[in-house]
Amino acid sequence: MSRTARDTCLLLGLSVAAIVASGILLLIILFLSTEAWPVFSQVGLLKFAFDEAWYPTEGAFDLKPMLVASFAMSMLSIMLAAPLGIASAVFCRFYAPPVFRRAYQWIIILLAGIPSVVLGLWGLTVIVPLILMLAPPGASLLAGSLVLALMIVPTVALTTQAALASIPQFYWVGAAALGLSREGTLLGVALPAIRSSIFAGIMLAMARALGETMAVLMVSGNVVQLPTSLFDPVRTLTANIALEMAYATGDHRSALFVSGLALTVLVFILAWVARRSGGQVVHA
Amino acid sequence: MPEPANLIDREIHPVRDRVLLGAVWAAAMLVAGAFVWLLADLLWHGAGRLDWSFLSTAPRNSGRAGGIWPIVVSTVLIVAVAIVVAAPLGLATAVLLSEFTRRGGATERAIGLSLDVLAGVPSIVFGLFGNAFFSVWLGLGFSILSGGLTLACMVLPILIRTAETGLRMVPDDWRLGAAALGLSRTTALHQILIPVATPVLLAGLMLGIGRAMAETAALVFTSGYVDRMPSSLFDSGRAISVHIYDLTMNVAGGDRSAYASALVLIALLVLVNGAAIWLSDRTLQRKIATR
Repeated sequence: MSRTARDTCLLLGLSVAAIVASGILLLIILFLSTEAWPVFSQVGLLKFAFDEAWYPTEGAFDLKPMLVASFAMSMLSIMLAAPLGIASAVFCRFYAPPVFRRAYQWIIILLAGIPSVVLGLWGLTVIVPLILMLAPPGASLLAGSLVLALMIVPTVALTTQAALASIPQFYWVGAAALGLSREGTLLGVALPAIRSSIFAGIMLAMARALGETMAVLMVSGNVVQLPTSLFDPVRTLTANIALEMAYATGDHRSALFVSGLALTVLVFILAWVARRSGGQVVHA
Repeated sequence: MPEPANLIDREIHPVRDRVLLGAVWAAAMLVAGAFVWLLADLLWHGAGRLDWSFLSTAPRNSGRAGGIWPIVVSTVLIVAVAIVVAAPLGLATAVLLSEFTRRGGATERAIGLSLDVLAGVPSIVFGLFGNAFFSVWLGLGFSILSGGLTLACMVLPILIRTAETGLRMVPDDWRLGAAALGLSRTTALHQILIPVATPVLLAGLMLGIGRAMAETAALVFTSGYVDRMPSSLFDSGRAISVHIYDLTMNVAGGDRSAYASALVLIALLVLVNGAAIWLSDRTLQRKIATR
């Protein structure tokens, strides 16, 4: 085979691989939609938000409690994780003595790598009994939010750290020339400069919280209800899919795919907002 | 920072600075404390159950007694299927992205966008897709093959992105040199670019393996729950993360085995990620040495 012919073959092969790789996303959307379509076309979109209750085997498909639970839990967890994550990054960059800095960096990286099922196990055996002492039943919105917060702190911390590292040198020099203290530089120069990257990191962390299944499933009690307090057990969209997929058939199965599709759309919107404000997808 | 200048600002905001210092330290210690608590708890409850027979025997009494050997085998098989499928596909796509498309061009942007979106799909949604496509539509049922293929889709973005970075790290001089020697692009790729980028490619592979091994939600409806030793790839096999979930939630008194399994899983992950870090450090050193 001549040289150019071989290169053409290679390019052809690579293109096929790239088409397959980028086609997977379309395939996922296609299959979610076709599986969701039967019940979607019968009952329409509004029924999923305004039905009386979630009795999927009897044709009542109210996803509202699950949507509210998912939303509340990811908001709560991000409210806890955002300050902790930003503070973690600031700690590494500004405050930590050198010995601590390395160790703390490792802790953040290791924490990012803890499988969610292990966090769920820890949450169920440690956090849930502690909350039970405050108010029964223990497995609750609060437990889910705490475990999720621990899980997404590294996401916020690592994106903030990357953003801090990308601040141009002359910002630091300028701050020093103005006679700003460490705190003055931090509050007046560094954090305002990376505002949009921090926001993007928070959006990515929230997408992760919304999509998380195992940890939430294990600690939040899984009762289908609108939460009235932090101590109420709730069931999120993801937990609902994981719990019912095992035995769901027909319209019920189809309704679970609708909730999966809804979840995907929500996560895409968050990722899109993050991208728009200058965030990068962290593949870790 | 010059000390006298520093003093000016410090004299204006002494309270604010103290509060900030305290808050940042408190937050950092809280996160570190939670991590240490988690780790200590795992060791405290898991280490007693962990011994050689735990690794080498089959689970008895729904996993309360016995070990996790068939589960380790299933996990390895699922991850192996995922990597065998995703690695060539990922490498080929990465080569196309780094060597044959213009940076920021339409092709590169389109493929990049689809990969970034794919990376953000929640794992439970991969589970739904895997169940609908591999298990039902392709008729693979609950099997190691379904689970592995689902994970292959999931780890593809991370494999492609790391491989692409690795290939882009190779200096352009080397490509020009190869072209000047009259090598075809295929030969240049095969003889120069891929060998040079190998440590990064392997590091990406390790990250992919780590991601696949930690996954639970995508596997529950694809590779299933069966905790017997699989006899082929078409058998259902229980991954170690699914085992931890099942022991915690569905087996009363399974906590100790769950903790021991969690320790095994984390040890495997630390090993795999350690290898990834070591490999990418090595490339960096080699790069400095060649300069």
